[in-house]
Amino acid sequence: MLRIPCPYCGERTENEFSYGGEAHKVRPERPEEVSDAQWADYLFLQKNTKGTFYERWVHTYGCRRWFNVVRDTLTNEVHGSYKMGEEPPKVDEKTYV
Amino acid sequence: MTARYSIFSLVKNALSYHENWQQAWHSPEPKKQYDAVIVGGGGHGLVTAYYLAKEHGLRNIAVIERGWLGGGNTGRNTTIVRSNYMWDQSAALYEHSLKLWENMTRELNFNVMFSQRSVLNLAHTLNEVRITKRRINSNRLNGIDSEWLEPEDVKREVPIIDLRGGGRYPVMGGSIQRRAGTARHDAVAWGYARACSEMGVDIIQQCAVEGFDIEGGQVTGVRTSKGHIKTNKVGLVVAGHCGVLANMAGFKLPVNSRPLQALVSEPVKPIVHNVVMAGAVHAYISQSDKGELVIGAGTDAYNGYSQWGSNPVTEDTLAAICELYPLFKRMRMLRQWGGVVDTCPDASPIIGLSPVKGMYLNCGWGTGGFKATPGSGHIFADTVANNRPHPIAAPFALDRFRTGFLIDEHAAAGVAH
Ligand SMILES: Cc1cc2nc3c(=O)[nH]c(=O)nc-3n(C[C@H](O)[C@H](O)[C@H](O)COP(=O)(O)OP(=O)(O)OC[C@H]3O[C@@H](n4cnc5c(N)ncnc54)[C@H](O)[C@@H]3O)c2cc1C
Ligand SMILES: [Zn+2]
Repeated sequence: MLRIPCPYCGERTENEFSYGGEAHKVRPERPEEVSDAQWADYLFLQKNTKGTFYERWVHTYGCRRWFNVVRDTLTNEVHGSYKMGEEPPKVDEKTYV
Repeated sequence: MTARYSIFSLVKNALSYHENWQQAWHSPEPKKQYDAVIVGGGGHGLVTAYYLAKEHGLRNIAVIERGWLGGGNTGRNTTIVRSNYMWDQSAALYEHSLKLWENMTRELNFNVMFSQRSVLNLAHTLNEVRITKRRINSNRLNGIDSEWLEPEDVKREVPIIDLRGGGRYPVMGGSIQRRAGTARHDAVAWGYARACSEMGVDIIQQCAVEGFDIEGGQVTGVRTSKGHIKTNKVGLVVAGHCGVLANMAGFKLPVNSRPLQALVSEPVKPIVHNVVMAGAVHAYISQSDKGELVIGAGTDAYNGYSQWGSNPVTEDTLAAICELYPLFKRMRMLRQWGGVVDTCPDASPIIGLSPVKGMYLNCGWGTGGFKATPGSGHIFADTVANNRPHPIAAPFALDRFRTGFLIDEHAAAGVAH
């Protein structure tokens, strides 16, 4: 069971939250102008990092607000959370084979 | 020469207290160069090597496995084998596989304990009833055996079920595929490894692939923890780790890796003779030959590479099992584990060419690739050998995420193993 620090409500268990996948993916300003490959990249392609991962969560059964979390996807260690639009906290980034 | 297994070899080895059985496969050191390297010694990787050697005449090939054979999802799954998928493309793929399962034990001279005990998919809501009937019709049009069961037929098949589902999960019917069933998962890995080794395929365990040499967009070598290997053909068959290897090769995949878990109970006398799946509540059971209930749960809601999975998921599954089978409430669970599954947005695999020349993809099987093991390896070997997709593989190309031709089994057949 993850314990996720909501920047608005504090630390709660994972089943209060829903997942939004990879963070910092920017939706193309004008989807009708990008190529199919660029659109596919935005829509489907994933970093799927094994290690330090920046991801979106929403506090569904709490304040219902979206925010970002930095977590290690192998050890499940949660390094911290930050509000949308804020800079992520500095962490020692790791990746594994 | 690998000795054949038979009643005579069993008797002969019994006389020497089973201490003189020949090793089933060799464990050589990697050579400097191979005509093809398969990364990942799970079922799909081993079958690929098997058919490369058997049907395409490639003998100077290696299977490179980071851990031990079948130690990934191949040895962690709930072993459900069926072919009742909805779309034509999937039907072709999974039925091709099911046919190979039916002859696997004989072909390999290795008992994979393939047991066609039938698989039931329960319908708990009106919507599920409709989609199940639609799937049955589509299965039949594709020549796949599939029947509708009314609630009382379900009860006849599975007498211990509570059709009221404790009030929460009423059983409104279901489908049954009688040719479907289970198999012994690690025997599949061992059987193919033995057959590969006999044909001269090098099976290299405890060897992680750590990078690739790519020159002018063409792969030329594999860097491993046991040194450098030259090759112009690489098959990536690493399931949950496909994203990690794609990253090494410089491209991204439409895959998220997540833990999927399973549990087994203490062993009891025979009580369920088929596989019973309830997609809506994420609860699947069958009974192993040892008597344990084998229970499949859902995937974690978030990405992860830990091979255990999250508690709330286990809890939800067990709650549903207790409602459907009240007599299991007092059952104790013996073990729980997870495997890292490579989930695709449309719940269909990716089989075919990659953005790097000479590098081929077989991944994205997610929660349901065990059943496809033989067929997947068969069409993938053909793809790797001929540098173009096998006709059954063609619709499963990576490019479908650009063209939009998804094969959405999530919506069609429901998420299920
Ligand atoms: C709990 C659970 C239940 C499931 N139930 C079912 C079911 O009932 N029916 C069904 O059809 N499917 C089921 N599945 C899915 C099924 O197990 C998989 O789709 C299938 O086994 C994948 O086989 P594979 O050979 O592709 O992968 P794996 O068996 O995972 O093999 C991949 C191998 O690649 C190796 N590897 C990874 N990285 C590297 C590297 N860098 N270098 C070298 N080697 C590497 C891994 O160690 C691993 O052994 C289930 C999965 C799980 C986890
Ligand atoms: Zn909150």
